[in-house]
Amino acid sequence: MPPFIKPILMASYNLLINGKTYKVEADPKMPLLWVIRDLAGLHGTKYGCGMAQCGACTVHVNGNPVPSCTLPVSSAAKQTITTIEGLSNDNTHAVQKAWLAEQVPQCGYCQSGQIMAAAALLKRNPNPTDQDIDAAMMGHICRCGTYPRIRKAIKTAAQIMAKASN
Amino acid sequence: MQTKDKNLSRRNFIRISGMTGAALTIGYAMPALANDAAEILTAQKASEQGIELTAWISIDKTGKVTILNHRSEMGQGSFQAVPQMVAEELEVSLDNVNIAFAPGSQTKYGSQLTGGSSTVRGAYTRLLRTGATAREMLIEAAAKKWNVNRSECYAENGFVIHKPSGKKLGYGELVEEASKLTPPKDVKLKRREEYKIVGKPLPRQDNPNKINGKAEFGLDVKIPGMLYAVIERSPRFKGKVKSFDDAAAMKVRGVKKVLKTTAPVFAVEREGVAVIADSLWAAVEGRKALKVEWDDSAFEHLSTEQLYTRMKEDLKKPGLSQRTGGNAEAVFQKTEKKVEAIYETPYEAHACMEPLTCTAHVQGDKVEVWGPIQAPDWIQQDISGRLKIKPENVTVNMTFLGGGFGRKAFMDYTYEPVLLSKEMNAPVQVVWTREDDMTQGPFRPGAVYECKGSIGGGRINSFQAKMAAQNMNWQWSPQPDKTAYNDSTTEGFCESYFETIPNYSFGDVPTESPVPVMWWRSVYSSTNGFAFESFIDELAVTAEKDPLQFRKQHLGERYRAVLEKIEELTNWKDKKKNDGWGVAITFCFNSVVGEAVKVSKNAGGKLKIDKVFAVMDCGWYVNPDIIRAQVEGSIVMAYGAAVSHEIHFQDGKAMETNFHQYKMPRINEIPDIEVHIMDNEEKPGGVGEPALPPFAPALCNAIFDLTGKRIRKLPFNISEV
Repeated sequence: MPPFIKPILMASYNLLINGKTYKVEADPKMPLLWVIRDLAGLHGTKYGCGMAQCGACTVHVNGNPVPSCTLPVSSAAKQTITTIEGLSNDNTHAVQKAWLAEQVPQCGYCQSGQIMAAAALLKRNPNPTDQDIDAAMMGHICRCGTYPRIRKAIKTAAQIMAKASN
Repeated sequence: MQTKDKNLSRRNFIRISGMTGAALTIGYAMPALANDAAEILTAQKASEQGIELTAWISIDKTGKVTILNHRSEMGQGSFQAVPQMVAEELEVSLDNVNIAFAPGSQTKYGSQLTGGSSTVRGAYTRLLRTGATAREMLIEAAAKKWNVNRSECYAENGFVIHKPSGKKLGYGELVEEASKLTPPKDVKLKRREEYKIVGKPLPRQDNPNKINGKAEFGLDVKIPGMLYAVIERSPRFKGKVKSFDDAAAMKVRGVKKVLKTTAPVFAVEREGVAVIADSLWAAVEGRKALKVEWDDSAFEHLSTEQLYTRMKEDLKKPGLSQRTGGNAEAVFQKTEKKVEAIYETPYEAHACMEPLTCTAHVQGDKVEVWGPIQAPDWIQQDISGRLKIKPENVTVNMTFLGGGFGRKAFMDYTYEPVLLSKEMNAPVQVVWTREDDMTQGPFRPGAVYECKGSIGGGRINSFQAKMAAQNMNWQWSPQPDKTAYNDSTTEGFCESYFETIPNYSFGDVPTESPVPVMWWRSVYSSTNGFAFESFIDELAVTAEKDPLQFRKQHLGERYRAVLEKIEELTNWKDKKKNDGWGVAITFCFNSVVGEAVKVSKNAGGKLKIDKVFAVMDCGWYVNPDIIRAQVEGSIVMAYGAAVSHEIHFQDGKAMETNFHQYKMPRINEIPDIEVHIMDNEEKPGGVGEPALPPFAPALCNAIFDLTGKRIRKLPFNISEV
C-alpha cells in the first residue's frame, strides 16, 4: 500500500439526529458516540467505557436506548437517533422535570445516559415497578451514587406523565 | 424553568468587574495564604493602590450578582454552597446570582485544592463576611442618596428599603455610589435564626444544565485548531520506552505525529508514546497500530499476593509510632479479657465516570489549560515551575468535573497536554481511555491492620492499632525520610476515645511498593474506619455488651447524640432476634457520622441489606439536600469498595482494565438509605467524604450480629455470606 493511502476508509452518511440531518464523512466502524460528539458537535452524550458497560453514552435509536460507544456509524445511518439534546429544548420532558424535582445529579457526567434510559423505559412502561426500574437501569453506572434518587425520580416522572395525560 | 447560562466565562467576568462605577466589585487583597482577617477592598480602591483584586462578588447596574467560586465542582456541591452563603449575607435571591469558576491562582484565592471536604469549612467566614460587607455598602449608599440615617435602612431581596417611608432602591441603582465607598471593617454577620437561604434545601444551580447535556466537562472543551492525543503509557510504573515503531500508526488517516513523551508521577517520570491526530478517533486507531517495546528493568513485577504478604510481614516489625497514651502493650499482656484481629482492605481505582482528560495551549511563554481539575492553583504552580515561566503566565480554566474523589488533584494528566502542545505548536487535548484511567493509578493504597485490645471492668483498657500500608507522602521525594511516621494512622477514629481509653497506641509500618497511590474519597479514614470500628465491635462482644451502648459508654456528648439519634431512628432497643443490626461511628474531616445497617437472610438463605440509616453531624451547614445526597453517594461508594470491586496486580500491572472487571455497584444492589442531619452549634465540618468510612464496618458488624461470622477482609462476596 503506498504511504499516501491511509487505511481508515471514509464513507458518507446522512444521520438523522434530533430531527435534523447531519451529513458526515466517517470511517464506517467509527462508533456513533464519536460521530455524535466530534462530527455532529453534540457534547451531551458522554464517553465512559467504550465497551457498553456503563451506559454514559446512551442515545435512542428508533426509540430504543442503545449504547452509542459500540454502535458503528454504518449501522446507525437511516435510523432515527435522539440524544439528550433532543429530549426537549427547555428541560420540560417529564424525566428532566423529575430529575430536577428530586435533585438527582451530582457530578452529572452519567446523567445524560441515565435520563435517556429512563425516558425510554417510561415510554414503553408508564408505570414501572422497582424490578422494572432495576432491569432498565442496571446497565448504567453512577460513581457519585445517585441511584436512590434515580429510582425516586423515575417514579416521579411516571406521575408527571400520568397527570399530563389525564 | 432556569435555562440561563450560570457559568459565566472568566473573561466576561473580569470585563464586567473591571468597569469601575458600572459595578460594585469587592473582594480581597489577599496575602499568599487564605486569611480570615484579610482586607476587603473595592475594585476601585484596589486599582488606585495598584493591587489586583481577588474578586469574590460583583454586582452590576442591572442588579445581577456574579460570584466567583474558588473551588472545583465535582458533584459535591461547591457550585451551590458557595453562592448560597454569599447570597444569604448579601440579601439577594439565588435566582439573581451567576456563578463563575475562579481560575487557578493561589496568591488570589488561597488554597483551591478541593479536597479534604474543605470548601465550606475552610472559607465560610470569609464568604459570609464578603456578602455582609457588600450589603452594608449598598445600605450606606442608599442612606446617602436619600439623606437619611442608615440605621433606618435595611436590605432585602436585592433592594435597600427605608423603613419609615417605605422607599426602596434596587442594588443595581446603588452600585455606582457604593463602589466609591470604603468597605466597613467590622460587619455584623446574621444570626442563624435569621437565615433565609443558608440551611435550606435549595435546588442546585448547576443541575438545570446537567440534565440537558449543556454542562461543560473536560472532554467537551473544543479549542479552534485543537489536536487530539492518546498516549500508550508504560503498563508498569517506572517502565521506560525502549523503542517504538510508528510506521503503521502514521498510516492511519488523520494521525499527525507519534512521539515519546513523559509525565511526572510524584518524584518519578512516567514514559509513554503519544499519538496525535486531527480527531480523537484517528488518534485511538493510530494507537492500536503502534508498537512499543518497554524497558521494565526498574520495576518489580509484583502481584497482589506479594504485596499483602509483604504488609503482613511488615506488621511483625515494631514500626513507627504516631500517637500513644499510657502503656497499651503492658496492659494488654496483663489483662485476661482481650482480643486481637487482622483486617485487610483493598487497593481501589477512583473510577470517575469522566476519564481523565486535559487540554493545553502553549504559546511562547504563556500557557492556557482547560480541564476537570481539583487543584487549579497547584496546576498553575506545577506548570510554571516545570516550564520556568511566571505563574501569572499560566491560566487554568475550570470545567465541571465528571467525578474527582481525589484523583483529579494530581498533576500528571494536566502536564501531558502542555508538553504535547509545545511540541505541536497547537492546542492539544489528551484523552485517557477508560483502560488508561483504570490501570495507571494512582490507586487508593491497600492496607493491613493489626488491632489488639483488652477489657477491664467492662470498659476498654487498652487499644492498639498498627497499619501496614504505603505512606502516600513518601512518593513526593526521591529520597523520603523513612523515619517519618504516617500522620494519618488515627484518621477516622472518634477523638473522644482518646479521653476514655487509658492506654492506646497508633502507628504504622510503611510498606515499600512501587505502586503509585493517592487520596481516595475520605482518604485513610476509608480504610482505617473499617479496622477501628470493626474492632470496637469485637471489643464490645468481648465485653459482652450491646455494641451501640458500649460505644456510648466510651464516647463524648457529641458522639453520644449521634448514637442516640440512631437508637431512635432504628428503634434499637426493640431489635428483633432474627434481624442483624450493625452500627459504626467515625470522625472524619471534622464531622461525626454514625451509620446503622440492617441485614437479613431471605428464604433461600441469601443475605440482603434491608436498610441503612445514617446520621450526619457536620455542625453548621449550608444545604441539607446536598448533604443528604453526599451521604447517600458516600454509602454507595463505600458499598462498592466493601463488596464489589478491587484493583489486583499481577506481573507489576493493574489487572482490572474496565467496568467488566472492576464491578461497580448497580442500582438494583442499593438498599434504602435514610439520612438524618444533626442540628447543633458546632463549627462546619466536611460533607463530601465523612459518610463513607462508617458504612463497611456497620455492614460487617450487622453480618456478625446475624450470622456470628466476622468479616475482616474487604472486599467480600456478599452472596456467599
